[in-house]
Amino acid sequence: MELRVDRDRCAGTGQCALFLPAVFDQSEDDGKVLLLEPRPAAEQAASVRAAARRCPTGAITLLVTETSHG
Amino acid sequence: MSNPPDVPVYKRRDILEPVAELGQLAARTPVYRNTGSEVYDWIAVGRDEVRAILGDTERFSTRPPQENPDLPRPRPEPGNLLMYDLPEHTKLRQKLTPDFTVRRMRALEPAIERIVTGQLDVLEKAGRPADLMKHFARPVSGLVGCAVLGIPRDDLPQLARMTDIRAARRSPKRTAARKAFNAYMDRIVAQKRRDPGEDLLSTLIQRHGSGLTDQELAGICSSVIAGELENASEMLGLGALALLVHPDQFGRLRERPELMENAVEELLRYVSVVSVASPRTALEDVTIGGQVIKEGEVVGCSLFAAHRATAPGEPPDTLDITREPGSHMALGHGIHFCLGAALARMQLRIAYRGLLDRFPGLRLAVPPEELRFRLLAPQHGIETLPVEW
Repeated sequence: MELRVDRDRCAGTGQCALFLPAVFDQSEDDGKVLLLEPRPAAEQAASVRAAARRCPTGAITLLVTETSHG
Repeated sequence: MSNPPDVPVYKRRDILEPVAELGQLAARTPVYRNTGSEVYDWIAVGRDEVRAILGDTERFSTRPPQENPDLPRPRPEPGNLLMYDLPEHTKLRQKLTPDFTVRRMRALEPAIERIVTGQLDVLEKAGRPADLMKHFARPVSGLVGCAVLGIPRDDLPQLARMTDIRAARRSPKRTAARKAFNAYMDRIVAQKRRDPGEDLLSTLIQRHGSGLTDQELAGICSSVIAGELENASEMLGLGALALLVHPDQFGRLRERPELMENAVEELLRYVSVVSVASPRTALEDVTIGGQVIKEGEVVGCSLFAAHRATAPGEPPDTLDITREPGSHMALGHGIHFCLGAALARMQLRIAYRGLLDRFPGLRLAVPPEELRFRLLAPQHGIETLPVEW
């Protein structure tokens, strides 16, 4: 599982950092998303998916690879 | 209280519940042609459609339609972020966002705790029955707004008065109140430029210097005060009412403080204090929900319907503070998502915690049917909320 964030789409609402602070943070400079964990562990899949869904501007994308080799 | 006939279906509520017609509409016509409104040509009541429209900044604008499409679009009122389109929206929002993050808002926590404790004292002294709106919800929100901007708390009564008149649709004093309100904000900005304090307004001034104009700063201040006095106060009161008419949920939250964060999300969804999001104008013809919204037509997106309406035959939506917080739109959706969301959530948490701890036996002092609501205002609201303990 790999995460991508689109900082052009991000409006700095902080929804991701609020609900999943282990994976997302907000920049001190522009308030936009900072990805702390681009490859979250498999057991975080559900909460990462929820965070992506919750993003008001659709700035978080989840790439799921069929076979993962690390 | 029954709904007067002039209240359109998308604004009707039975206390806090949607009327059956709303669910029928949402199931049959998720976007329907609206008549009898000066503002909306269409109302969106389907959850997916509301989400799509609010998220589609390319084809929908928060700006009103233009009388003459050949003229360039006038600039929005400075600092009123909600009225900015891309890319101007991004430029301004980026300057503000770093000071509205969860982390920054945490610095305000002690001040909000003090405000809440102070108003709990006032409520207690008012004696049973006391009006939770007058003694708690409205002053807490107003004082939080003052604390954020570094406005003297003694100025709150006049600000609240001006805000009320400004919002009254038929008041002859409306224009005068708006001018007085704006003049007040201009004075505060000028004063903070001269003599900055520790507040957020001063922080913005110091961080950006001339990068934020006085007009922009005044507009931002207006948005903060309006957000507190018009939205946060009603949300606080109606959320308390939701708990009071669900004593099982009230009891569970009292016994399990760790549920508070979740409970606040559920209350935001359940109350949907902003019944209908700010009007969206189509920038081109858009086909959605089986309808064609023509360029220049205006859609009202019913957040209340999107969150609460259920199709005929489905079980009604209920309040459940243990519900997994989904992606509700009570604080908006898309680029105009509430800038003050972290502040709003924090003050709701602190306020409800305070109420539950101080008044574990809090209950309504009148039957819920006797409560009077503000059904025509942009925000759902309640006149008074008499409580005892």
